[in-house]
Amino acid sequence: MAWFKRTKSNIESSTQKKEIPDGMWTKCEKCNEIIHKKQLEQHAYTCPKCNYHFRIGSAEYIQILLDEKSFREMDKKMMSADPLNFVDTKEYKKRIKDVIKQTGLYDAVRTGTGKINGHNVVIAIMDFAFIGGSMGSVVGEKIARAIHKSIKTKYPLIIISRSGGARMMEGALSLMQLAKTCGMLTRLSEAKVPYISVLTDPTTGGTTASYGMLGDINIAEPGALIGFAGPRVIRQATGKDLPPGFQTAEFLLEKGFIDLICHRKELREKLTQLIDLFKS
Amino acid sequence: MPKVVLEFEKPIIELEQKVAEMKKLSETLDIEEEIKGLEEKIQQLQESIYSNLSAWQIVQIARHPERPYTLDYIQRITTDFVELYGDRLFRDDKAVVGGFGKINGQTVMLVGQQKGRDTKSNLYRNFGMMNPEGYRKALRLMKLAEKFNKPVITFLDTPGAYPGIEAEERGQAEAIARNIYEMSKLRVPIIVVIIGEGASGGALGIGVGDRILMLEYCWYSVIAPESCSSILWRSWDYKEQAAEALKLTAKDLIKFNIIDRIVPEPKGGAHRNHEQAAQILKDILIEELNELKKIKIDKLLELRLKKFLNMGVVTE
Ligand SMILES: [Zn+2]
Repeated sequence: MAWFKRTKSNIESSTQKKEIPDGMWTKCEKCNEIIHKKQLEQHAYTCPKCNYHFRIGSAEYIQILLDEKSFREMDKKMMSADPLNFVDTKEYKKRIKDVIKQTGLYDAVRTGTGKINGHNVVIAIMDFAFIGGSMGSVVGEKIARAIHKSIKTKYPLIIISRSGGARMMEGALSLMQLAKTCGMLTRLSEAKVPYISVLTDPTTGGTTASYGMLGDINIAEPGALIGFAGPRVIRQATGKDLPPGFQTAEFLLEKGFIDLICHRKELREKLTQLIDLFKS
Repeated sequence: MPKVVLEFEKPIIELEQKVAEMKKLSETLDIEEEIKGLEEKIQQLQESIYSNLSAWQIVQIARHPERPYTLDYIQRITTDFVELYGDRLFRDDKAVVGGFGKINGQTVMLVGQQKGRDTKSNLYRNFGMMNPEGYRKALRLMKLAEKFNKPVITFLDTPGAYPGIEAEERGQAEAIARNIYEMSKLRVPIIVVIIGEGASGGALGIGVGDRILMLEYCWYSVIAPESCSSILWRSWDYKEQAAEALKLTAKDLIKFNIIDRIVPEPKGGAHRNHEQAAQILKDILIEELNELKKIKIDKLLELRLKKFLNMGVVTE
């Protein structure tokens, strides 16, 4: 398509950038393809050319996965209380305030009930845009309550993770959210309610090392970076070059830590199929 | 005298040396009064220094290379300790030790991260940084304890889970998650003791239990102060501020109910007197084990879950 090529060469020169209306066109981070907003939506926010999965948030997953208007959000306005009175180069309180304003989100996860092709589910979706999708008291508490909801209703639990790990600004309290969420998962397991963990790009640290890895089924999006330590830390600690494809979804599948990789366009159908298999 | 002296310990150590020299002289000279005076001064100095330690100074004590490590405690606290090795899956991780032993005549399972004292032993122990097989070894031993209804005591002392290529290949995150999960429902009492450094998920991977004890001069947090400094301040130079901001000392953590009890250390820190440090801990462990024994296991598991569910502060 000629017009596509033209646009592509346009974006390469910075002076021409304004010719592309803000928000209408997006450049693929992997192959540099220029994609129209409508086209991106149609492809569940993946690149039609190279299948790159864009880092989307809870709003997009709700739209992609759930039956229309079926989402009922829980604990929507739960916010961090800054228990440590934490200050680094910026006050944590201020950071929270700013990011709420900027993203319209209250913390790094949204939880609720909804339907997937008519199947009731409890779903938690992490937002990387909120302080790197980090898990502090709010994320831990909302996930714990979502699990509790799942136990009460017997609706399957789906958690979509996209997170840098535990949130530094809440210190050990953040760390304890690993124990809180895993503790609740033991009860979900006793109740024999299925839990599907969906790992997306990137999921590292305490999030992977708690509910991320504990799904009855672990699904990953193609190409997603999933691990415990981040690549930079590993390179620093070992002084070694990391092998190609290290810590990707495909790598984890080969190493035996996830059940399957699913293209985002097929995620809704895959979840439906799995829930149906558990039910039937 | 200690081989490694921290900056703020110096005035105390110097005075102690002086007293030691004077004691030799006192065989021929009458300087009893002066010695007594100096000893009192040491006492005062110690109290003033140790009652005002900064978070960073506590981190330094927690990392003191002469501090007692897991095996030092196990040797002093237990009898009949039999070390058990391996995860039955891949290999034996030397960064974690474990086995059955008796405390006050009762068999318990002891599991703890183990550091080395010199370059050679530190390489052998991987500086107390566990690999996935270490977490799986720990879990195997805890399951063994569960099978034979023996309480578990874990010792936390790690700068973090090992961030290595092979560690990722073998599922570091899965191993830690699995342990946290399994420890949440292990059907025997678990006592966790933070004896040095409690760094993040690497520590918590053997850190879920019914009673969380922490020695006076230890740190426990989501990240080491240096790493926190490098990420949030984008420089390694803010470790003191980061240590302060993270609220990682025992005194901080007891306020947030993250730990249940602070275990006092000998004057000047556990590294100054291993015997005494172990004796204090032993007495407390016996007391705690007796308390936990009184609680029925189903009730105990309910309390264990509740304890962690209560951790965290939010506004609604
Ligand atoms: Zn592309």
